[in-house]
Amino acid sequence: MKKLFQSAYLGFIFLFLYIPIIVLVIYSFNSSRFSTNWQGFTLDWYRVLFSDGPLMEAFANSLIIALVSSTIATVLGTLGAFAFCRYRFLGRRIMYSFVYILMMSPDIVMGISLLMFFITIGLSVGAVTLLLAHVTFCLPFVIVTVYARISGFDRHIIDVAKDLGASELQMFRHVMLPMLMPAIIAGWLLSFTLSLDDVIVSFFTTGPSFEILPLKIYSMVRLGIKPEINALSAVMFLVSLLTVTIAHFFFAKENK
Amino acid sequence: MTRGSRFRNFAIGSPMVWIAVFVVVPYLIVVLFSFLTRNPEGIVTWILTLENYRELFSPVFLKVCMNSLVLALGTTVLTLLLAYPFAFILTRIDENIRRFLLVLMIIPFWTSSLIRTYALIILFKANGLLNTFLLSMGLISEPLSILYTETAVFIGLVYTLLPFMILPLYASLLKLDRRLMEAARDLGATSRHVFFHIVLPLTLPGIIAGSTMVFLPALGLFYIPDLLGGARSMLIGNFIKNQFLTTGNWPLGSAASVMLTLLMVMLLIWFFISTRRVHSGDMEAVR
Repeated sequence: MKKLFQSAYLGFIFLFLYIPIIVLVIYSFNSSRFSTNWQGFTLDWYRVLFSDGPLMEAFANSLIIALVSSTIATVLGTLGAFAFCRYRFLGRRIMYSFVYILMMSPDIVMGISLLMFFITIGLSVGAVTLLLAHVTFCLPFVIVTVYARISGFDRHIIDVAKDLGASELQMFRHVMLPMLMPAIIAGWLLSFTLSLDDVIVSFFTTGPSFEILPLKIYSMVRLGIKPEINALSAVMFLVSLLTVTIAHFFFAKENK
Repeated sequence: MTRGSRFRNFAIGSPMVWIAVFVVVPYLIVVLFSFLTRNPEGIVTWILTLENYRELFSPVFLKVCMNSLVLALGTTVLTLLLAYPFAFILTRIDENIRRFLLVLMIIPFWTSSLIRTYALIILFKANGLLNTFLLSMGLISEPLSILYTETAVFIGLVYTLLPFMILPLYASLLKLDRRLMEAARDLGATSRHVFFHIVLPLTLPGIIAGSTMVFLPALGLFYIPDLLGGARSMLIGNFIKNQFLTTGNWPLGSAASVMLTLLMVMLLIWFFISTRRVHSGDMEAVR
């Protein structure tokens, strides 16, 4: 009886989480434009979607920003996590608390602070500012992910490498990097999705010259529901699904 | 300079400079602006003032603020009540099924909240699936108008933020030492005692982490009321956004951001204190 109740509860929460998404995906194949009734299967909305030039351009922009920013954030974040762990330097503790503040701080505060910063230094908002902003909000997630893995290590490995005559750089490249790889990949994937999905920070840090998908969807949804947005949302959901599956694959491999 | 120290400087330097330039400096600019004066023509001048903070406590803003805080608090409480039993059951499930369910749970966490909000619109529309379903079941006689109400915003926040409550709770419940519960039971504690005196105190860091991850976004996610609530319900996030985009009152928007950041810092400090208490084996916390 207790088991049954527990399973029912799990099912209830999963339904709550999934029903809206599943409905959305099903509707993206519905041939009716306005009605909620099912009027037959169609791929028309996907066709409309993929032939919409500006939308596809925004999608490409989003992908480029996500790829580049997550890569930069991963390089910086891996170095940062290593530095926090290995070295003692001035301001280390303050900087580490800033990493946490950055990770938890409401997106809107980060968005407006970067907007004011860019305006102050005279940089007009567009692709460059968007990239800088995305690297900034991805950075702490990489640092924390990689740091968690380093702190699980036996520190003596570093000493052994040093005793055998490795320089700091050699030790980092040949000892740390291979061991950290699963966490680095996880950090990169997390950054990639964060960047691809971000609305709030991007809202303040890009301009009309450089449009990205989430903002485009935001402005389209404000004007009303269109079936091609259903199709687009289904595609975006598929991207998240794939990313999680890939990430899970790496974690599962690591745990073996 | 040796190779080692050059690498050392690079490893420390590049991320720290990035954080200094793109985090610390922008935050300082916000703090600075929150003390500047905006003259009647709308131009910001270099006269230091506390006027912006005083304005935050004016009745108009206070109403927005209270409304937003109540909504965020309600979201936090409801997600906590929904997520806690869920995470608890999940930790006690057979390993193989659990691994699958965990993936199933992480997927919404990684899915764009904008898209998940949009999915709710489709569900809530007057001729949407929810109404069609309820009408056909005979549960209601005319369509409910959920969309563009405060209820829709509330459901939207709970729906979008629930995964952010589940994950920290799950992580914290997974670390819970089962033997403590068994020991307590052997010593004659009732289920209620075990829960309130052992499970709850030991998972407090997870509760605080999850609450922080729900509460703060619930104050700032301006696109949820924008899309689900019409113009009627406003979050602090909408207020800040309007100061920057509509009214152009940067000092006031900055002051509101500073207050929001202070709130976050307080929650973080609370989290660290509670984590330390649990990890140091401070039995006062468990008693």
